[in-house]
Amino acid sequence: MIGYLWAALICISVLTAALRGDMAVITPGIFSAAESGVKVAFGLIGTMTFWLGIMKLIESSGMMELLNRLLRPLARLIFPRLPAGHPAMNAILMNLSANVLGLGNAATPFGIKAMEEMQRINPLGETASDEMCTFLVINTSSITLIPTTVMALRAAAGAANPADILGATIIATFSSTTVALCADRLLRKKVKRK
Amino acid sequence: MMGRVIDFLAVWLIPLLIVAAIAGSLWRRVDIFDRFIEGAKEGFTISIRLIPYLVAMLVAITLFQESGAMEVVKSCLDPLLNRFRVPSEVLPLAIMRPLSGSASLAILADILERQGADSLIGRIASTMMGSTETTFYVLTVYFGAAGVYRIRHALATGLLADLCSFIAAIALCQIVFG
Repeated sequence: MIGYLWAALICISVLTAALRGDMAVITPGIFSAAESGVKVAFGLIGTMTFWLGIMKLIESSGMMELLNRLLRPLARLIFPRLPAGHPAMNAILMNLSANVLGLGNAATPFGIKAMEEMQRINPLGETASDEMCTFLVINTSSITLIPTTVMALRAAAGAANPADILGATIIATFSSTTVALCADRLLRKKVKRK
Repeated sequence: MMGRVIDFLAVWLIPLLIVAAIAGSLWRRVDIFDRFIEGAKEGFTISIRLIPYLVAMLVAITLFQESGAMEVVKSCLDPLLNRFRVPSEVLPLAIMRPLSGSASLAILADILERQGADSLIGRIASTMMGSTETTFYVLTVYFGAAGVYRIRHALATGLLADLCSFIAAIALCQIVFG
């Protein structure tokens, strides 16, 4: 899919340049863009290094466990049919806590565990259960408070305060997750479990 | 009111999170400096691993701009998009975002470079990127791990969430930064 988009971008560009009789922009464009790709990556290193260090400290600080406890009532509300002590519930909570704190690397294993546990009690076999769909709605809609790479890019691009978008990001994230959860509830019955 | 909340989060969230991470780790008697360095070591490799994706996508998107193709697309869509006050510069990002994290990162880098990180469009694009996930990737990994093949409405709700984030990002940034 990305391959097609990438190919389309390049082919359409070359074609447009040809039609406009402006083929001279193509080759220099390639060289300068390739170089700026490396510059962007190098610009990220400082912020990423510091933040990945902080992320390790977030992991060992016990914040995930704390958040886990705070999110528990909310998770019961969102997944009413999962038994309270079921291992799937625990994995879901750990995944959500890690995601909120922006610990993507820590979140994925918990998310996979949650899916495997939900598959164990899935009555539909190879068709996704209601709980799986709800869980992935939350994951695909993003619930991260701190978008690390975006801030690193903004810092590298010379933003006065790279974090000035945090408030808008959090509100956008929160509202889209809410809308998607409502849509999930509505669609759940309409989309048949063949 | 909303502007105050947004300003407060922008200034306070990161310092508070860092202090909480350090305080919690000290409380649990973690060797904090060793832990920090252990994580920080990955910063270089993670950034460098992005290079092939960034170069591939930046070349394509730059050619699209320099060749004038973007201008053509802009002039076709601007009348429609302007009515909803959507800047057409963020359109490539919106299309790529659900498909590929690193490719959309390259597009964001290009927007920040062209428009400036502190421009309205730069901020809209940053908010769009930060408030969404790579929907297709997440679905592939998680459903793949569970061995589920029929995913029902999961893709539709995932894409709806992306769309909502984009609309919210455009509206919020225009209110707060516009």
